[in-house]
Amino acid sequence: MKLVIIDYGAGNIQSIKFAFKRLGVEAELSSEIETIRNADKVIFPGVGEASTAMNKLKGSGLNILIPELKQPVLGICLGMQLMCNSSEEGNTKGLGIFNVDVVKFDGTKKVPQIGWNKVEGLKSQLFSGLENGFIYQVHSFYAPRIKETIATCNYGITYSAALKKDNFYGTQFHPEKSGEYGAKILENFISLKNE
Amino acid sequence: MLTKRIIPCLDIKDGRTVKGVNFVDLRDAGDPIELAQRYAKEGADELVFLDISATEQKRKTLANLVYSVAAKLDIPFTVGGGISSVEDVDILLKNGADKVSINSSAVKNPNLINELVAKFGSQCIVVAIDAKQIDGNWKVHLVGGKVPTELDLFEWAKEVEERGAGEILFTSMDNDGTKNGFANKALARLSATLNIPIIASGGAGKTEHFIDTFIKGKADAALAASVFHFKEIEIKDLKEELKSEGIPVRL
Repeated sequence: MKLVIIDYGAGNIQSIKFAFKRLGVEAELSSEIETIRNADKVIFPGVGEASTAMNKLKGSGLNILIPELKQPVLGICLGMQLMCNSSEEGNTKGLGIFNVDVVKFDGTKKVPQIGWNKVEGLKSQLFSGLENGFIYQVHSFYAPRIKETIATCNYGITYSAALKKDNFYGTQFHPEKSGEYGAKILENFISLKNE
Repeated sequence: MLTKRIIPCLDIKDGRTVKGVNFVDLRDAGDPIELAQRYAKEGADELVFLDISATEQKRKTLANLVYSVAAKLDIPFTVGGGISSVEDVDILLKNGADKVSINSSAVKNPNLINELVAKFGSQCIVVAIDAKQIDGNWKVHLVGGKVPTELDLFEWAKEVEERGAGEILFTSMDNDGTKNGFANKALARLSATLNIPIIASGGAGKTEHFIDTFIKGKADAALAASVFHFKEIEIKDLKEELKSEGIPVRL
């Protein structure tokens, strides 16, 4: 199995690479269109500011490539947010894979939300073998709940902790930093059958 | 519901774990990677590595340690100690640190906070503030608490938030090493005036202190070192106690 982590200069990709290594999978970091297209599974990471990250994607043509991918793709944190229609952060137009607009927490609770929260309403193969459990996240913006939501979290409001549409998956949280629970999610992702 | 975090802090000198009592008289408490894994297994929510070494090889030694920790650890960790430039932060994040904390360098050059936030995002920039009371006023101190400044804790904390920091790690020098509890009044005031998470540090001695800092101090997370290093408090027992007090924790 060939696992590629998209390396576009916006993300703590070392942690993701290590997390897969702990599962016995050697991930390849790449920004090459052909390498990504030929992978069995693709990870789309991201931390930082949305418009900056989107500009980096555009600079290398990855904004065109990602929505065209046919194999399972997992967007993590900002990666997931960029797969949505838009983000309020920097008024960013997204990749439009998930039909939802990412918005900022309204400030009734502390922003960013930092720490461990519980995921509920688990609906996909991604959570196979898992009960509701704790995941680690750091974010100021969120995707509201939509029909593609496959897990929710509550922080003042209930929002999408994870999304799925066709071969595309996204988690707002960091499975690579969510202990054994997160490791199981990554394991489930690499076990998915290509559709 | 977002849970309250328990954060063991590992003070690192030349690649080894140490703990200062009032920031002097260091004692050796072991291998950082082994200790980090033990904490993760016992239920720590995050770890902080604070590098207090001052050698020429410091930067490289720390980067190597961060890389080794990131390879083994499946919970988030923050690295701090002598970080003073965008380049320093870049190296640590590339080696697998999730967050960095800056302290004296932010006081000397507050714009560094803005630069780091613009380049790496708020989510990975923690500003550590050491303060103690002088004539009843909380004053920010530098160099591990040795050098007083004119800066008021609450004004500085507000500025830190406005410059975009994602979190504040507040250490009360009056409480640190005393094992008499956290500086809950100051913590509660910070929490009331700021809208970013506050990590309480300095003064942990027993389980009740953690309960108090979450309830009275309104802290989002609590950091401690020696009570965990020397197994005076077991993290799992601590979290069970917190839960029984109605404090949300990850168990």
